[in-house]
Order: sequence, then structure tokens, then C-alpha cells
Amino acid sequence: MTAPLPAQRSETAFADFKLPLMRDAAVAEANRCLFCSDAPCVNACPTHIDIPQFIRKIATDNVHGSAKTIFESNILGMSCARVCPVEVLCVGACVYNDLEQPPIAIGKLQRYATDTAFEKGWRFFEAGKPTGRKVALIGAGPASLAAAHELRRLGHACTIFEKRATIGGLNTFGVAPYKMKADRSLTEAEWVLAIGGIEVKTGVTVGKDITLEQLEKDFDAVFMGAGLGADSALGLPGENLQGVHGAVAWIEHMKLAKADMGAVKHAVIVGGGNTAIDAVREVKGLGVPSVTMLYRGTREGMSGYQHEWDAALQEGVSASWQSLPVAFEGTGRVQRVQCVKLDASKKPIAGTEFTLQADLVLLAIGQSKLGDMLASLGGITVNKGVIQVNAHGFTGRAKWYAGGDCTNGGKEVVNAAAEGNAAARAIDAAIMKGAARA
Amino acid sequence: MPDLSTNTGGIHSPNPFWLASAPPANSGLQIQRAFEAGWGGAVWKTLGTPIQNVSSRFGGHTIGGVRGAGFNNIELITDRPLETNLREITETKRLFPKNPIIVSLMVETEAEWKDIIKKSIDAGADGLELNFGCPHGMCERGMGSAVGQEPKVNERITGWAVQYSSVPVLVKLTPNVGDIVPHGLAAKRGGAHGVSLINTIKSIIGVDIDRFVPQPRVGSLSTNGGYCGAAVKPIALHMVAALAREPQFGLPISGIGGVCNWRDAVEFMLLGSSTVQVCTEVMLRGYRIVEDMIDGLQQYMRGHGFERIDQMVGKAVPGFSEWGNLDLNYETVAKIDADKCIGCQLCVAACHDGAHQCIHPQAGTRVPHVDESECVGCNLCQIVCPVPDCITMEPVNNGFKPATWNEHVNQGKPLRPKKGAH
Repeated sequence: MTAPLPAQRSETAFADFKLPLMRDAAVAEANRCLFCSDAPCVNACPTHIDIPQFIRKIATDNVHGSAKTIFESNILGMSCARVCPVEVLCVGACVYNDLEQPPIAIGKLQRYATDTAFEKGWRFFEAGKPTGRKVALIGAGPASLAAAHELRRLGHACTIFEKRATIGGLNTFGVAPYKMKADRSLTEAEWVLAIGGIEVKTGVTVGKDITLEQLEKDFDAVFMGAGLGADSALGLPGENLQGVHGAVAWIEHMKLAKADMGAVKHAVIVGGGNTAIDAVREVKGLGVPSVTMLYRGTREGMSGYQHEWDAALQEGVSASWQSLPVAFEGTGRVQRVQCVKLDASKKPIAGTEFTLQADLVLLAIGQSKLGDMLASLGGITVNKGVIQVNAHGFTGRAKWYAGGDCTNGGKEVVNAAAEGNAAARAIDAAIMKGAARA
Repeated sequence: MPDLSTNTGGIHSPNPFWLASAPPANSGLQIQRAFEAGWGGAVWKTLGTPIQNVSSRFGGHTIGGVRGAGFNNIELITDRPLETNLREITETKRLFPKNPIIVSLMVETEAEWKDIIKKSIDAGADGLELNFGCPHGMCERGMGSAVGQEPKVNERITGWAVQYSSVPVLVKLTPNVGDIVPHGLAAKRGGAHGVSLINTIKSIIGVDIDRFVPQPRVGSLSTNGGYCGAAVKPIALHMVAALAREPQFGLPISGIGGVCNWRDAVEFMLLGSSTVQVCTEVMLRGYRIVEDMIDGLQQYMRGHGFERIDQMVGKAVPGFSEWGNLDLNYETVAKIDADKCIGCQLCVAACHDGAHQCIHPQAGTRVPHVDESECVGCNLCQIVCPVPDCITMEPVNNGFKPATWNEHVNQGKPLRPKKGAH
């Protein structure tokens, strides 16, 4: 069982940044697609959706077939249509870019097809004939959901262990609300689970409530899809002041509850990745007048997507590049951030100290890696908290597979979906080796 | 899952989608790839005495920025040795025994027809298609549409083919005639098991306005070619329906002409085609378009409760009649949904300049007003409106009982007063 969402959530204040297409616009856009042979967009998609084919089916008004083509490759195609950084994936690979013409709006077309499928209540897949095999999945995020769905199509019983009360992983509590809100993620997760035969145990922490050894004993295979852990901290003076939060934790709070923004006039977000940019845009969107991103590198060197930062700039935020926080100050609650400028080698430059006003500080400097929880199992290699796997998600220890952020260090939902899918097929091959399918 | 299998005059196919006799069905390897992609059958590019082709051969008609909306060609029948084609037919049948291969044929004398029919059937043909339709090049040599335009010649050659063939014979008809019905009936009298139509339409696809030569250009000259592609579908649908509703006809039809997707195929089937043949869209996009055709057709059939193709073939034929049978007292007027209207006023311009001047701008709003007392129910406003379901054509109860022109003339049934005729 998954806990219902409260009606009062800060995220509901956001409108969609990218608007949906109505039918005529979708058909017109679909007809613009060249139906490339060996299309670059397909190769750019981690789940290799047959993009020209699903777009052609929109053009012919075969939306049912279009959605099926999408879900066949990526069961999380509805959320991916909203949250994928298409600018650097499929849309970025569209051959129209080489013509210096607008590329096909693949994400919006995928949203049109998959939203229609959800609206009409279409379902496309059935569980396979029972094999008698059981697979445990750790974490109820995108990687495990994709893996479990594929495993069910292949006939294996699945049990998902989720430490939270709510399923969907980062899709539910981490996606920027101008892309997708938590209720949409839950709708998708429930749609995926409706294939049947997937038991979800929420509020169960693997390693505490059930041991790894027990899982290995009770199941024919285990898929680790637990994602990433808590926000990393800087260890600076004043980091415990009220108003200083880890960005991921704050985003989760904002999405699942009502964040109190009343007193906040100046916000500082520390970091230069996509979580930092999300946080910047979210804080701005909730009405904070002055929002500054504090990053130790340059704009060109940031790991966050340039198109996302462009959008943030348009919304009226600013950045302090090559800057490092050295202390948070205030009485009870944070009021100021003491900073210093950095040189090209990221060393502080003496005499460049400066102060930023701040009554909200979000730290978006990375998350702890959860891989170490598997380190005790022989045969599994964990490198800086990241579980090492082969292309099929196999860890090297019999029965154990992994995928998603805990193996890739933190990528997109679409990567988690692809990795979950690949692992499911590898698990099937391993646990059905030599066995006849009913 | 609906059953897509078809039977066209005794030619059985796993689905109704066939490659038409044309460049995509030129060789064994092509057709094998097409079958792998899901095509049900293929009509092999016309065999006969191999010809020599020109450069260039194809012309495209761009409409509103859509390339290849219309298309034409001046290519002739196969240019490959007969033995090569026959060997590849045998090999393709060996690899794909369930997919019908219909061999298109075009020769001159009775002896030639007898010979090539035997060779084709020996090679494994599941059916024959007599090419009486090619409107360029071959007709200058007394074949192709030169045969199809003369019912007596059509009947005679069809008779030869049926006599010498042990497999079903389809006659491919040319649209370059005033009325298709006598030509379909000629094929029937000759003993054909079915017809396929339409072949291409005699055309000039365009003119090079800088070189002063029509297209496609062969050096300093061009010639008329065969027009096809999406733009010809309305002509093809009419000819298919004209034969399908002819009581004396009754033969199976393989529909051709502008079939690009499942929806086009459904339209051809509802007007009497049991299979459809595709060329141009494959030339423009490749064999993999068939995935959507199969998928979309199945979805359509599920939506309408059709379990087999034959339940839908001809379903719209009774709905196709003559003008004189239409109810003149059936009256509609346009209604604009003010909540949906975006105020573009395309309907105002269309009605004022292109119809009956009954849609007017209103003071204080961008939503136009329909003067229903003047609206003739022509549909033009609905056609130009960019907003789905914003303009609807609503039936009016005018108190008059249905009356057709034929009934008015023959039985004196009263007609409602004309609107907009002042």
C-alpha cells in the first residue's frame, strides 16, 4: 500500500513549463517528422524507443498503436515524456538540428500519446504465465518499477521493498513540479503495478527490517534499485542553523507538503548540477524575490544542463560563479553566507571575501551513495558507493543485479528505466536457464 | 485479436496489405524484406519483354510544403531478364510460402501470354495481374492502357489469360477512361477472378519554369507519366465504389491509389476492396510503414467489433448513391461554440467570399454570429475552423418529410423553400 498525498502541497502552485500539444498540433508536428531510417533519435534514447514509428502513428491518428510502441520499450514513457532532458537526448539528435531548423518536439509528441493512453485507460501488457520464480527488488523507484514490469511480463513473481511510505522514487518526490507533480508519478506507478503480481512492501528498510542474506535465501534473484541517499553536507560553521537544508530533502518536502516560504526574501543555492538548477527555479517559482546560485566553477563548467540554466535565467535568478561558501551566519536562523572567490584551479583568492544575504540556503552538492550496503556481500564491487555492474546489470555475485542511480551515480529516469529493463531480461535468462517455459 | 486474413478472388493473404506492382516490388530481395516487415502479399513488378528505362523517371508534387503529396513516374515494366525474375519468385515463395506473390504481366500476342503465364505459374505465382493500365510508354506500343481503354480487347486478352492460367487472374484497370464500369464488366466477361484499380493517371507532374520543359526532364524533353500518391485517393475511391455498387459486377476488388496508412486502407475496404496495394508511400518512407497499417487496422476493427476483414468490406457501399437519391429536405445550419471559438474569423472570410454570406462579425466580441435564416449548411466554415468541435452542423427540423430530386420529379413530393438563393 502506498500512502495518499496531502492535498496541500507547495508543488501544486507550479504550471507546466512545457505545454501539452492538442490533437491538431500533434498531428501537424508528427507529419513534420522525416521518418528517418536508422534514426539518430532512437540511438540517443537510452530505452531505444522506435521514435519515428510512434510519431508516424500519431500522424495517422493511431494513438493507441503509438502509445504501445513507446511503452513496449519504456513502460515509464509517460513520465519520461515530461522529465527527460530531450534537448540533450532524442531532440538533440534530430537531423533537423543539422538543417538549423527546429527539431521535432519528440517529448511533447510522446506526452500526447502517453497522456492519451492514461486518459483513455488503455493497457497494453499482460503478465506472463507463472514460472514459479520469485524476484526481490529493493526500492520502488523507476529502475525497480521498470524491472518489475518486465519481470512480470516474463511470468516471475515480484516483491518490492521500499523504505518510504510512498512509491515512485525520485519521480514522486524529486522531479521539478513544472515538469511533473507527485500525483502524476503515483498514477504512473499504480498503472505499472496494475499488471498484477507485484507485491509492494512500503516502510520496509532492507538491511534493517530484513537482511540481505534473507533476501538472497528467499528469492531466486534480487534487483538493487535503491537510488541515492541523503544530501551531502559541507561541514561548515553554521550549517545547523534553521533555514539551511539539503536540496533533495527540501525538494521532497516542497513536493509532498507545504513549504513555509513566507519569510524568505533571499535564497542561496549551493551547487552547479541539475538538482541545484531545479532548486533555484523552484524557490524562484514559489515567490522568493532574490535567488542566487553559488557555484565553485564557471557557467561553462557546470554539470547542470545549459538549457535548464537558460530557463532559470529567464525566470530572473542570478549566479555567483567561482564562489565558495565558507560559513553560514545568523541568530537561530540563517541570515548571511560568507563566501570567497575561487581561481581557475578552484583555490580561494585572498581578499575576495564577500557576504550574501540569505534566509534560505539549499545545499545541492551531491548525495550519499547507497552502494556500500551491498559491500559486505562477496563478489560485489562497490566503487565510492557506486555498485559496479555489467551491461546487463549483473553485479558479479550470483542472484544479485542492480540498476538506476545506485549503479550510474545519478542519471535520468530514462536511464533507470533502461537499466531496470536490461536487468530484468538478464535475470530472466539466469533464473530460467535450462528450464522450460509454461 | 481481429483476423486480418483475406481472400481476393481465391488469392489468400495473411493480411490485406500488398505491395503494388512497382519499384518496391522489383526484385526478390526487396519483396523478402517487405514480407519480413509484415506485408501480406506482393504484386511483382510487371514481367514482359524487358525494356530500357530513361533518366530521370520520377516527379514529385509538393502541396503546401508536403513533398510527394502527389507523385508520377515514366518508368516502364521490368528491365530485368525474365529468368532472373522467375528464379527470384521461386526463391521468395520458398522462403515465404504463406505470403501470396501475384505476378503482373504485360505482353502482346496470345502465344506470348500463354508462354509467360505458364512460366510464372511454374515459378510459383499464387495469382496473376494483367497490366491493362500503364498510361505511358507501353501504351504507345499497343499494351497497358491501350488495352484497358478498349473493353473488347480487354475481354479478349483476359479470356486468353484465364484459359491458360491455373491460378486466379486479376485485371488491373486504368483510370484514364470516362466511366470505369464498362471496363470492369469487360474483365468480368473475360472470366477474371477479380480486378485491381486504379493504375496511374495520365499526367504532367509539373513544369521546370526556368528551362521551359515539363518534369521529370530527360535531357531537353519530358513526357506524360502516371500520377499516383496520396493526392489521387479520392479519384481511386470513386472508381472502386463505382464498381462495387454495380449490381452486374460483383467481382473481388484489390484497391489501389493513394493508400498511405491504415485509415486509407479502411476507406478502400469500406467501399468494397478486400485487399489494398501500396507503392508511393513505400517509395517515400520504406516498408516499415506496414507496422502502423496492421496495428491501426486491428485497433479500428476492435473499436467497431469486426472480427474478420470480410465483415467490413463494402460496408459503406450502400451509403454511396446518386445525387438524385439525396434528401433535399435534410437541412443543417452551422453552430459556433462561443466557449471554444478563438476569434480567428476564418469562417467569416470563407462564408463571405466563398459561400453564402451568412456568418458575420459581431460588435464587442471576436466570436462571429451565424444568421441561421441564411445558412445553407454547406460545411465550408466547419472545414476552415482550426478548433476541434467548435463549429458543428446541426440538423434543423423544418417540418418537411424527406424528398429526393427523383421523388420530386416523379412523384411530386414537396421540397422545402430554398435558402440563400436570392
